[in-house]
Amino acid sequence: MLFDYANILVFVALGLFLPAMMMGLGALLRPHNPEKQKLTTYECGEEVSGNSWINFNIRFYLIALIFIVFDVEVAFIYPVVTVFRDWVADGRGLFALVEILIFVAILLAGLVYVWTKGDLAWLKSVVTQGDEPEPTLPGGSRHVTD
Amino acid sequence: MQAFLDTLLGDAAGLERQLGYLAGMVVFGAVVVFGFVLPFAGIVTWAERRIWARIQSRVGPNRVGPFGFLQWLADGVKNILKEDIIPTVADRPLFRFAPYVVMVGFVGAFVCVPFSGDLIIADLNIGILYITAVTSLVVVGILMAGWSSNNRWSLLGGIRAATQIISYEIPASLAIFPAVLLSGTLSMQGIIGEQGAAPWQWHMFHSPFTLLGFGLFFTAALAEGNRTPFDLAEAESELVAGFATEYSGMRSTLFFMAEWGNLYVIGALVTTLYLGGWQVPQFTYNPVLMNLAQVGVFMGKSLACVFFMIWLRATLPRVRVDQLMAMCWKYMVPLAMLSVLGTATMMVALPNGSHTLRMATFAVVVGVVIRFAFKVRFHLKRARKLDYTSLSPGASQGLSS
Repeated sequence: MLFDYANILVFVALGLFLPAMMMGLGALLRPHNPEKQKLTTYECGEEVSGNSWINFNIRFYLIALIFIVFDVEVAFIYPVVTVFRDWVADGRGLFALVEILIFVAILLAGLVYVWTKGDLAWLKSVVTQGDEPEPTLPGGSRHVTD
Repeated sequence: MQAFLDTLLGDAAGLERQLGYLAGMVVFGAVVVFGFVLPFAGIVTWAERRIWARIQSRVGPNRVGPFGFLQWLADGVKNILKEDIIPTVADRPLFRFAPYVVMVGFVGAFVCVPFSGDLIIADLNIGILYITAVTSLVVVGILMAGWSSNNRWSLLGGIRAATQIISYEIPASLAIFPAVLLSGTLSMQGIIGEQGAAPWQWHMFHSPFTLLGFGLFFTAALAEGNRTPFDLAEAESELVAGFATEYSGMRSTLFFMAEWGNLYVIGALVTTLYLGGWQVPQFTYNPVLMNLAQVGVFMGKSLACVFFMIWLRATLPRVRVDQLMAMCWKYMVPLAMLSVLGTATMMVALPNGSHTLRMATFAVVVGVVIRFAFKVRFHLKRARKLDYTSLSPGASQGLSS
């Protein structure tokens, strides 16, 4: 048992060693001529203006929040689906099935709520004062300020 | 593997035994990583370019070695010789560490890939859960790369990739459940052991619900692996190279190695969960022959999946961001729940399974595949009959040779 899990450590070590080996090998062979122009940020040839660590669109956070809820759900279903076959063999299958149904129904209600609130819609129209509703793209340039 | 090391170590005890185990693990791991994972990630780039070329009526790489087979080695050597550039404004430690995280997430998945009945590094009892967990590390690496580059393309690409991968993790995990429900275990060998050698004994054909689960898992896995039609994270036409914009030389190669190598992980997962894994009929009692046949069958199935993914990439256009998100949350998540609940209901209603339903599902899938093959053949024939060189007389000489 512990032996099996030790293998994971070995593979993590190998996963770190592999890039380290290649970068190390490359360091011996590759040229190294840094200059100021070469080390600037790539912005399609334009002068770089300001920092890129900016506020980005809130909808990414919304998706992350919804993800957390459903990921927790998946984590809770894992043990149930694993033992479900044994329960069916014991004759407790119907009981377990109804329990899963209730659990999933509550979460589906959550999904329906998020859906009707419009949080799943990626393109939203933003009503600015006195303007026509105007769609914004995620991280669109209108939010980028220096 | 532990049993094999036990026979090798004899009656060594204490520290000597532990060191023996460690040496064995490192040797086996190194064989898998350097003998299979690394060459595979290279060769598949060559294979992909050749297959695309064939689909698009081009030649593809054909200069380095027979059929251009050594192209991947030439590319590797070229990339190792390239200068490594880190922008001055980037967050250096994070920038350098990101490829390592991606590689760990990718290499770690191979602990549980069951190549045959005996050839598996470690048959963890939580196998499939472990693989979904460890491959999630890739997201962290991509987000690190996107953020640390301090470049707007990278930032957008990284955040897009993270949003996409975590979103599709939900349907992917849910679509694993039908297979787990039918097997009653999370261990990879256990899941394969519940399936048979004949195609209709695979989990995929148990009922229409598991068939749905198979389709959803394949699609969601494609999206998680950032493959076309879901490769928005590095959409060249809008984001330059996405999260990898500022990466150059070997560092960017590492990202792409992980991406291409992940094709095999996806293929192996699909094969294990729904396509019967390494199952072959018991034709001999020689364990070596049996294992060889099993490796052949497993490789055949998983490489067929890889071929299918390459084919898709050459065929389908890229989806839009809003389509991508809508497809995940509005279609795939409810459908995946339907697949899980349907399979569970089937198990309660018919505890021994229904052979008729199994054969019916199998027959429908075979019918669809045959119909598709005929359709492709029909269109190919029609395209050949339509002599396109005659349409433009000036070009005919160059094309007819």
